[in-house]
Amino acid sequence: MTSTGPLPAPARAVLRGDRHALARLISAVENQDPAAVPSLQALYKRTGHARIIGITGPLGVGKSSLINALLGRLRSEGRKVGVVAVDPSSPFSGGSVLGDRIRIERRPGDDGVFLRSMASRGHTGGVAASTRQVCRLLDAFGMDVVIVETVGSGQVDVEIREVASTSIVVLVPHLGDEVQSLKAGLFEIADVFCVNKADLPGADLAAKDLGELVGLGPGRDAWRPAVVTTSTLDGRGLDDLWNAVDAHEKFLDRSGLRAAADRRRLAQEIVGLVGDRVGRELREALDQDPELQALLDRVVRRTLDPHTAAERLYRDIRRGG
Amino acid sequence: MAAEAPRPSMPRATKPAPPVRVLIAKPGLDGHDRGAKVVARALRDAGMEVIYAGLRQTPEEIVESAIEEDVDLIGLSCLSGAHMALFPKVLRILREKKIRDVPVFAGGIIPDEDARALRKAGIKAVFGPGTSLEEIVATARRIARPHA
Repeated sequence: MTSTGPLPAPARAVLRGDRHALARLISAVENQDPAAVPSLQALYKRTGHARIIGITGPLGVGKSSLINALLGRLRSEGRKVGVVAVDPSSPFSGGSVLGDRIRIERRPGDDGVFLRSMASRGHTGGVAASTRQVCRLLDAFGMDVVIVETVGSGQVDVEIREVASTSIVVLVPHLGDEVQSLKAGLFEIADVFCVNKADLPGADLAAKDLGELVGLGPGRDAWRPAVVTTSTLDGRGLDDLWNAVDAHEKFLDRSGLRAAADRRRLAQEIVGLVGDRVGRELREALDQDPELQALLDRVVRRTLDPHTAAERLYRDIRRGG
Repeated sequence: MAAEAPRPSMPRATKPAPPVRVLIAKPGLDGHDRGAKVVARALRDAGMEVIYAGLRQTPEEIVESAIEEDVDLIGLSCLSGAHMALFPKVLRILREKKIRDVPVFAGGIIPDEDARALRKAGIKAVFGPGTSLEEIVATARRIARPHA
């Protein structure tokens, strides 16, 4: 169970810079293949270097185009960049069309970029269940920055905060009046607000409204979110965007908040892993164990309530039954 | 898998097979992408994850996308007449990169004679105008790289 043994072959290949091996390991993680776990265990120690930057916002605001712009900039500085672009899966067929690659241009043969599309596979919140693990693989692969593009988000899709250290919320002019920006959810998670498509009229007004919102309160953890105005059409504001991200990353280090947030996220991850496993085992037991089936029968007949049934089941597990 | 949304917080008793991942790309200078989009949509509705790489891709870019996305199948579309130059080049780069288990299918305006030559060169299926989506989906399912 520990990660001290010799490295599993896929992990070794990833550390060697083998792009095929990385791609296959990402698939295994996405597919929740238990065979991926030893590699994840072994690679964990090699992670923690990459900065994970989230880009979220409603659909069509230019998230992929902004990533394209940031990618060019980061590559010109020699930084290696992983991109994880999440798009929704159909709740009907389970299929999806992942179209973020079409916006992203790269130099032919550039090994300093690895771009992966992910379907959300039924997970809500704007990312896929395995997005965090995939970021970790890109981190172990040697990427300096990993940019995560969420599903075009609604107001409550805030899970990117659990994945990224800096979250950019991208908006465009004319999305609504300033009261929209007082609402809970998406507007609360921004470390950086980006008003994109600033070549269109109304961008200044949107930025001003956001600026006022940001000025209304002390902000989360004493960080006052930056507001930048960008256009990927004429290139304005793109330097400001990266500088704002960089400033937030430096703030996280300086304030000690990075370590605190890391600790909180990892605690949540461990609890989640245990919860998944216990849940899986309980469902299997409930499907197969005749005694538990009888318990379920009573709940179905309304002679026992679900809370009491759950209490009995829970006590059974605690006893190691 | 009817109208009920999947419940991620509740692991299913039996895990379904992972979805087939397909790359759909148009090599070369050809702006006609309606067919590629219709096929992408049909494969999506058949439960596949379609990575849509879009227009004006070089064969090198297509292969790089196939590697990064770890696809089980590649679909190429070309209506410009350059298929005899571009499709075999994709196959050649795939071989050079030692990708031997990812089949390639193709669609477009492709004369029968060329279609025969392309199949001989290693394109698994060639679809012309009028092919039914059912046939394309069934073929995609049949030839896609199986999951271990």
